[in-house]
Parts: sequence; structure tokens; C-alpha cells
Amino acid sequence: MSTTRPPSSPVPAAPVTPADAGPVAAAADRPGTQVEREFTIRAMSSRELITRRFLRHRGALGGMIVFLTTIVLAFSSIGVAGIPGWWGLDYASPATVVEGGRMSLDVMPSFLDGDGLAIGRHPFGQDDIGRDYFALTMRGTQISLMICLLVGLLATLIGVLIGAAAGFYRGKTEAVLMRITDVLITIPLLVIAAVLGANAAGSGPVVLAAMIGLLYWTTLARLVRGEFLSLREKEFVEAARAMGASSGRIIVRHILPNALGTIIVSATLTVAAAIILETSLSFLGLGVQAPDTSLGLLISSYEGAFQTRPWLFYWPALFIVAIALSVNFIGDGLRDAFDPKQTRVRA
Amino acid sequence: MFVVRRLAVSFITLLLATFVVYVLVANAGDPLGDLRTDPSPNRDDKIRARIDDLNLDQSVPQRYVTWITGAGTCLVPGGGCDLGKNVRGQDVSTLVGQAASSTLRLVLIATILAIMVGIALGVVAALRQYSGLDYTTTFSAFLFYSLPVFAFAVLLKQYFAIRANDWLRDPRIDVSTALALAVLSGLAWGALLGGDRRRRWIVRGVAAVLTFGVLQYLSAVEWFRRPSLGPVLITVLAFAVAVGFAALLAGLQRRNVLYGALTMAAIGSVAQFAVIPFLEDRTWATWTNIALLGLLTIAVGVGVGWAFGGLDKGQAIRVASLTGLVTGGFMVVDIMLRSVPDYSRSQRGRVFATVGSNTPDFQGDFWQRMLDLSSHLVLPTISIMLVSMASYSRYARASMLEVLNQDYVRTARAKGLTERTVVVRHAFRNALIPLTTLAAIDFGAVIGGAVITEAVFAWRGMGRLFVEGLIQVDPNPVMGFFIVTSVAYVVFNMLADIAYAYLDPRIRIS
Repeated sequence: MSTTRPPSSPVPAAPVTPADAGPVAAAADRPGTQVEREFTIRAMSSRELITRRFLRHRGALGGMIVFLTTIVLAFSSIGVAGIPGWWGLDYASPATVVEGGRMSLDVMPSFLDGDGLAIGRHPFGQDDIGRDYFALTMRGTQISLMICLLVGLLATLIGVLIGAAAGFYRGKTEAVLMRITDVLITIPLLVIAAVLGANAAGSGPVVLAAMIGLLYWTTLARLVRGEFLSLREKEFVEAARAMGASSGRIIVRHILPNALGTIIVSATLTVAAAIILETSLSFLGLGVQAPDTSLGLLISSYEGAFQTRPWLFYWPALFIVAIALSVNFIGDGLRDAFDPKQTRVRA
Repeated sequence: MFVVRRLAVSFITLLLATFVVYVLVANAGDPLGDLRTDPSPNRDDKIRARIDDLNLDQSVPQRYVTWITGAGTCLVPGGGCDLGKNVRGQDVSTLVGQAASSTLRLVLIATILAIMVGIALGVVAALRQYSGLDYTTTFSAFLFYSLPVFAFAVLLKQYFAIRANDWLRDPRIDVSTALALAVLSGLAWGALLGGDRRRRWIVRGVAAVLTFGVLQYLSAVEWFRRPSLGPVLITVLAFAVAVGFAALLAGLQRRNVLYGALTMAAIGSVAQFAVIPFLEDRTWATWTNIALLGLLTIAVGVGVGWAFGGLDKGQAIRVASLTGLVTGGFMVVDIMLRSVPDYSRSQRGRVFATVGSNTPDFQGDFWQRMLDLSSHLVLPTISIMLVSMASYSRYARASMLEVLNQDYVRTARAKGLTERTVVVRHAFRNALIPLTTLAAIDFGAVIGGAVITEAVFAWRGMGRLFVEGLIQVDPNPVMGFFIVTSVAYVVFNMLADIAYAYLDPRIRIS
């Protein structure tokens, strides 16, 4: 099996160099010269490889852009926690209903009987008592985003902790932790989220998010436990232990980085599922409740007005789908990026 | 032994889970909340009555014990099932029984359809990887995954039901719609039938032209006002189905299977003149009779398949029976379609229903009632189906792709087997194994899975028990919901594991 030799290594000089030999062979005549290759090879760390594969995944990139745009739009437009935004109107102040609450957003060019690109005073229209619907939708988006990110974070943290402990230590720890997980898995997510939502009613969306996150970790725990179970048998763990590493160090420094791929993908999908769950709960009346808004609550409140004012439905629904879809695409891109065997996207 | 141990562990897990849920529900608010702000003069009496009914003077664990001992009577065969009473004094076990049957009706059909269509789409997408169909299926799977069920259900309810019902009043398809539909149909058929470029374009063109022609004909004849299939169409469809099943399951080269199926189609086409009037008659139209006819069809199929069978009688029997059953299905569809005008008249033109599981106090014969149930089922089924279908098609595609890359598939192709045999007989069966476990688990989740859809379409099913019970802080109906749901879930999980071990010999040995 021939090995490729770098062209600067000594090669017996050929007496005649063919005319079309190219720079490599020609340079080989003159040992010691550096040759210019037509390409360069650079060693890439696994992190770089993953990033490159992710960025080349068109769906994931699109998802990322949409998601970030939504976050920036929602939080900057009406401001958050006292910091004012660039959108003049407030989501909680009633006003007189102008033109039946119709949307003043217009994208039809003037030759198609429109006003050109006009935003107008109430681009998404107004609700029954005259509140600006754009501000309402942005507030709902803010709360939904905050809840789903918080749920994702909490669920991931707890899931990783429990899964790591169960998978690594095995024995009694594992038995106890897994029994608890099994009990919680038996309860369907909607049931437990609804019950917790009813418990948290009136305490605000942060408490709701915390309570849902505290019970959303079961799938992740199982996944992490599976990963740890297989990873702890690998040789590098044995080597680390032989070198005197403590259990904690082995978990954090050695096993966890290897399990990171599955964890990140699962966390992203949890976030996507969380937003659907939260909006569904709010729709049923068991999630975020007045005076806070949520996209699900907006849809359920104005369900009856669909015939005459369909935009009251379409805008919140659009934002829910946009967020969930973009996060799902990001999750899919991450999954492809972390999988070394996939062939769809080249690094 | 393994099963018994699993059952015991699951039972204990279930018990603990019921305790957790009971405590959470009991603390989920104030059960006397609505009464505290009641302005009526006998408010205190009502409060006392409710405290009495729900044992609110006892602590939560005590109430739990009362409940669980009552629920334990369910396990004793022959004894009644005491799941307590709800806030209004109704017996929860009867409520659960009614609700469960209602929910099952809704979700079972949706799930079966979702499984069949989802797996079919996923498998075809895997066979044509990176094609237009593949990308469309994957993207729509993503889309429906990200679409919240309630938004879609609300959209369907408002848009579809109102627009469709309005359209039915003057059911004509204008030329632009017909053209658009024809183009879509052409694309779909081209994607499904596949083949090289030329063949695909021919299929697309033919399908588009045919669809356009059919739509214009239907519109001109005002078929939608008095729909029916008619004997000619039933015969044509029967033969088409016969050829289709024979081609798919046996390959057209196996002439005896084909002839068996065609014979079955011929028998069906002749039999329709007897069966249809028989079933249309009020006195004969019952579920038992339909079931009996189905069994008769299968028996005839067995006979015909055996006669034509040749070397592989089983295959011939399967193809013949399927052809017979589907032809019978077309006859039933014909009868139901012909009942539509009467039904539409009784519903004052609103054929597609959006509220409830059936029209209350509906007077009508068997077929009218069937139509009523079906029209109430259409929209919720579509809502549930789409999300389920997305999930199934993704898993089916992944599973099929994995199988198609295996060595034994390559061997089968190298042996010279037809692509159809390789796919249907080898790859598909192996790809189905993980899907079966998924479907089993999904069936388990089915009964608790329609909470949101039921809320949107106002069905009185398990979901309503749960939501109302939760809002009124009444643990008994919620626990009734939870017990049924979780027992179903656990049982089906176990069935899934057993099925997996049965279907995949590698699991058994390891």
C-alpha cells in the first residue's frame, strides 16, 4: 500500500521530467524546495467541525436567523422589565378602537390597490378594548419565549444531573433515581403540566416555567443515563481513574463532553416541545393567565372573532409556528452536525 | 416470570404516580373558590354540602386513601367500580365509561389512518431519497410537528367547516380551482409512481388531464349535490384495486394471484346488486350484518385464493380477501354517499359539523346515524391525524433508510430479485419492527392524547373530564382520567416490548 509522501521528502531525481508534470513533480527534482500545493489541509478540532457542519445546514441556519430575529424583535420592540422599547404603544393600555380594529399593515404595492409598504399606527390591528395588537403579540411572544427557554434550561440541568448520577454510580443510586423517573414518566406531560399550571395559577409565568421545567426532565434523564452507561465502560475513563482522577472530575471533564452532543440536541427539542406545551396549556386556560398574556391565551380569547377579524388569530399562530419551527430546524441541524457518520452536510 | 415481575413493578409505579397526581390536583387551587363569591342566600349550606361530598374536612392523604380503596374495588371482578363522585354528585365510573367510548371512537380512527398513511409516505420517501417527495414529506413533517394542535383545529373549524358548508350549497368547481387541483394531483401521482424523468412527466400529464376532466364532469353533473358511486364506478374501482393489490403484494408476473384477485373483483361487482339493496333496507342495516358480510367476504376470498393459489396459497388468499374487503368498503361508501342529501336536509345544509361527537336527539335510520357520526369525526380526525402522521412518516423514513443500507438488501438485489420483492418482502418487513413498537406505545397514549382536540371541538370525552375536573379542583374525575390513561399506557408498553421480542429474534436470544 503506497503511502503519500510529502513532496519535500527526498525523492530520487528522475532523469527526465515530463513537460506536464505539474509543480509537485517538477519541484521534486530539486530536493529541499518548498512546493506550493493547490490546497491546504488544516487540522480542525471537533468543535470546529461541528460548527462548520451546522452552519452549512441550510435549515438550521435559517432556523437560527428566524429565532434570533424573533427574540430581538420581541424584546426590543416593547422593552422588558422597565427598559423601554422602540415601539411607542403599550400592550396594556386600552384605547379607542380605530377602524374596527383592522390591521394597518399594508404590503401591497400601489399598483395592486395598496398603499405601498406602510406600517401604520396599528400594524396588527387592535383587540376588543383597543389595545395595540402588535404590542400584545410581542408581549405574548416574550412570555412564551421566556417560559420555553427557562423550561429547557431547567429540564436540561436537572436531567443531566440525575442521568449522570444514575448512569455513573449505578447500584442503589441508580435504582432509586430511576424509580422516581419511572413514576414521573407514567404521568402524561400534559396532565402534569396542567396540574402544575393550575397550582401555579396567579403566581406568574416564571413560577409556571419553573414548575413545568421541574418535571420535564424525565426523557433527558433517561437519555443521559443511557449515554453514561455506555461511556463509562470506555478505556479513557479507566485511564483517568488509573491516573487518580476523582469521580467528579471524570464525570465533568471526561464523560460529559462526549455526551454533550445528545444532550444539546435533546435540550433543543425540549425547548421546541415546551413552547407547544405552554401555548396549549394557555389555550386551555391552565397556563399563563390574565393579566399576563401568552400566545395561546390570545388565540383562545379571540377564537370567536375569527370570522370578522381573522388577523387576531393569524399573528399569534404565526409566531408560535415560527418559533417552534425554527427551534426544530436548529435541533435537526445540531443532530446532523454532531453525528460523525452523516453524509448530508460536509464539513 | 419476566412479565409478572414487570407487571408488579409497573403496578407499584402506578400506585405512586396516582398519589403524586392526587396530591397535586387536590392542591391545585381552592375547591370552594366559586362558592366563596356566590351571592345566593344558601351559600353556607352549599359550602357545607360540598365539604361533605368531597370530604374536604379530611386531609389530602386521608382523602387519597378513601379514593384508592374505592378504586381498588375495580380490580375485584364482579364488584362495582367505585371511583367516587364528582362535584355535581355524578358517579365517576359511569362518566369515565361514556367518556372513554367517545374518546376511543375519535382517536382510534385517527391513529389507524395516521399509521397507515404515515408509514406509507415515510417508506416511499425513503425509497426516493433526496427527491422532491422526500423533501416535501420531511418539510411537512417538521411543519406539523411545530404546529400546535389547537391552532390548527381552530383554523380547521372556522375556515374549513364554514367555507366548505357554504360551498356545498352551490357545489361547483370553477375552472381555475380545477386547474390548480389538476396540477397538484399530477405532481402527487408523478411523485408516487416514480420512475425516470420521461415516465414521471407522462404520469404527471396524464394524471393532471384526467383529474381536470373528472372535476369538470363532477361539477357539471352537480355530483356533490347528490353524490353516489354507482355500479359502473364500483366495478371499475374493484378491478383497479384487484390489479393494485396483486401488483403490490405479489407482482404482476404471478398470474394466478392476479386472476384470483380479478375473479374476486368480478364476484364483488356482481354481488353489489344484491348487497347494496340488502344493506340499504332499514331492517337489515346493522353492525352485526355488516360484520357477517365482512366475514363472508373473507371466506370467499379464502376459497378463491385457495383455488387460484398455486405454490403460494397464502399470498393468493391475502390478495383476494383484501380485494373483496375493499370492494365491500366501496359499496358501503356508495350507500353512505347516497344518504347525504337526506342528511344535509336534516342538518339544514351544514354537513360538516364542528361541535360535539354527534347531533343530540338525532332521528334517522342506521346510515343517517353513521353519516352523522362520520361528519362529526372528519375535522377532529384531520387535526389529530396530521401531527401523528408527521411523526410516523419521519420514523418510517429513518427506519426504512437504515434497513435499505443493510447488506442483506444488497444481497437480495444482487440475487436478481425484482425491486418490488426486495422492498416489500425484505426491507419493508424489517423496517416495520421498530415501527410496531412505536405504534403500540402510541395506541397506549391514544386515550389520553386528544385533550386539546376535544376541547376545541367540544367533544364530551376524557379530555373534558380532565379539564373540567382540574378547573373545579375536583380530584375524582381527574383521577378517573389518569387511572384509565396510565393503565392503558402501561399495558401497551408491555405489549410493545413483547411484540418487539416476538418480531425480532435477535432480542429474544440476547
